[in-house]
Amino acid sequence: MSLITAEKISVGYGANMVLRDVSLAIEPREIVTVVGPNGSGKTTLLRLLIGAARPASGHIAHKPGLRIGYVPQKLHIDPTLPITVERFLRLPGGTTRSACARALERAGVPDLSHRQMSALSGGQFQRVLLARALINEPDLLLLDEATQGLDQPGSAAFYLQIEEVRQKTGCAVLMISHELHVVMAASDRVICLNGHVCCEGTPENVSAAPEYRALFGTGTGGALALYRHEHDHHHDDTCIHGDGHDHTPSNKETEAAE
Amino acid sequence: MLDDFMTRAALAGVGVALAAAPLGSFVVWRRMAYFGDATAHAAILGVALSLALQISIFAGAVAVALAMALSVTLLTGRGYAMDTLLGVLAHSALAFGLVAVSFLSGIRIDLMAYLFGDILAVSRGDLAVIWGGAALVVGLIGWRWSALLTSTISEELAHASGIDPRREQLILTLALAITVAVAIKVVGVLLIAAMLIIPAAAARPLSRTPEQMAMTAAVIGSGSAVIGLQSAYALDTPAGPSIVCVAAIAFLGTSVLRGLQT
Repeated sequence: MSLITAEKISVGYGANMVLRDVSLAIEPREIVTVVGPNGSGKTTLLRLLIGAARPASGHIAHKPGLRIGYVPQKLHIDPTLPITVERFLRLPGGTTRSACARALERAGVPDLSHRQMSALSGGQFQRVLLARALINEPDLLLLDEATQGLDQPGSAAFYLQIEEVRQKTGCAVLMISHELHVVMAASDRVICLNGHVCCEGTPENVSAAPEYRALFGTGTGGALALYRHEHDHHHDDTCIHGDGHDHTPSNKETEAAE
Repeated sequence: MLDDFMTRAALAGVGVALAAAPLGSFVVWRRMAYFGDATAHAAILGVALSLALQISIFAGAVAVALAMALSVTLLTGRGYAMDTLLGVLAHSALAFGLVAVSFLSGIRIDLMAYLFGDILAVSRGDLAVIWGGAALVVGLIGWRWSALLTSTISEELAHASGIDPRREQLILTLALAITVAVAIKVVGVLLIAAMLIIPAAAARPLSRTPEQMAMTAAVIGSGSAVIGLQSAYALDTPAGPSIVCVAAIAFLGTSVLRGLQT
């Protein structure tokens, strides 16, 4: 049975239809990426799936007992709010210290639990958000532009982490991204969204589809192949780099942390 | 013990400081400072209505503060920015309140007592209202603490954890209205926001967790109330403003301390 099924959902603000007759289903263990231009309704779709908003028409069904882990697009914690990573992970309550430690380990940042949230770099912050989403051992992980503000090695390392999480925990992943190349390389299935589902399928099929090319230009297929090559090449590099984040944050990460 | 007016005043100040500390922390974290200020200003209209209708000032102030806070919450996002709406509603309520007070010809009212508080005239009955209100606010916030904190950090994360951020916002609004109403007698409508924000802001550099910040704010607020009252007595200065001055000095102190540490 599918983990989550959306049937012909539509939603709009006033006369503006944001989503029209969108249907999709997420199967266990698969990594699905939703791509689409700005204003194509990607974030709205995710908000509908987690239940933060209701569709005007259509129907969303969760598998009974489905546990969802959600990694938000960006999260601003006001610097006037003092809070350690562990306290943040334990909100709103009922989470044990050992579960926090395990989640931080899975997210690749085992040593952060006593740091202040406001003192984290952009990459560390996103991994803490990932750890938070992993705490209740979700069946489905939802990520909304989770690598915004990270540099390319940073986001590539982040997606490798997601892949590793999937392998270890067996959860399905639904993510939204602008970063077509990185994301498509890491996905089993891609859904191209522009108010409605333009096309969907394997990354290879979607990048060859005329609807996709109309939205993202024709050069993407080649760029994708090129990037995949680079991506493999960077693999070890980025892992080492990931460990060094504490001491030598790149300029971009410092910016994101501010 | 309660026969001494200074003791009653100190107890009133501490009661308000205890309610203001956790609420003030949320006001700071959620950047609601102006919202607190506006709700407090609106309370003067509540005072005028209570006097006209001869009902308890506490009830009138709670009702108007709540109505004000709710209408701002409901109207936000419908064409006007939050601060514009607050400016319009708060100052209109203050102006209508002042005008309404002038119509109350039968009663002589010391307007200054409501604008700046009259802590030295706190009666046993006032004390009961203040401590009752403070207990209600602390109880409300304590009960919803984790949910409030989660929805303050992120509405999306709150949704994902099954928390309705709008309900939490409503609870904060209610707590704010009660705090404003009990604090009128102590610091007056013009300085209530100061009692909310300054102790919490002063506590920030000394805290590593949200709970620590709320507790430290309670200590700083209560200390400011007691020391402020004593200074007011010794120097013959107005009591409410003296309390706020002490809190401001505490804020300066902890800020300098942080500056030295980094």
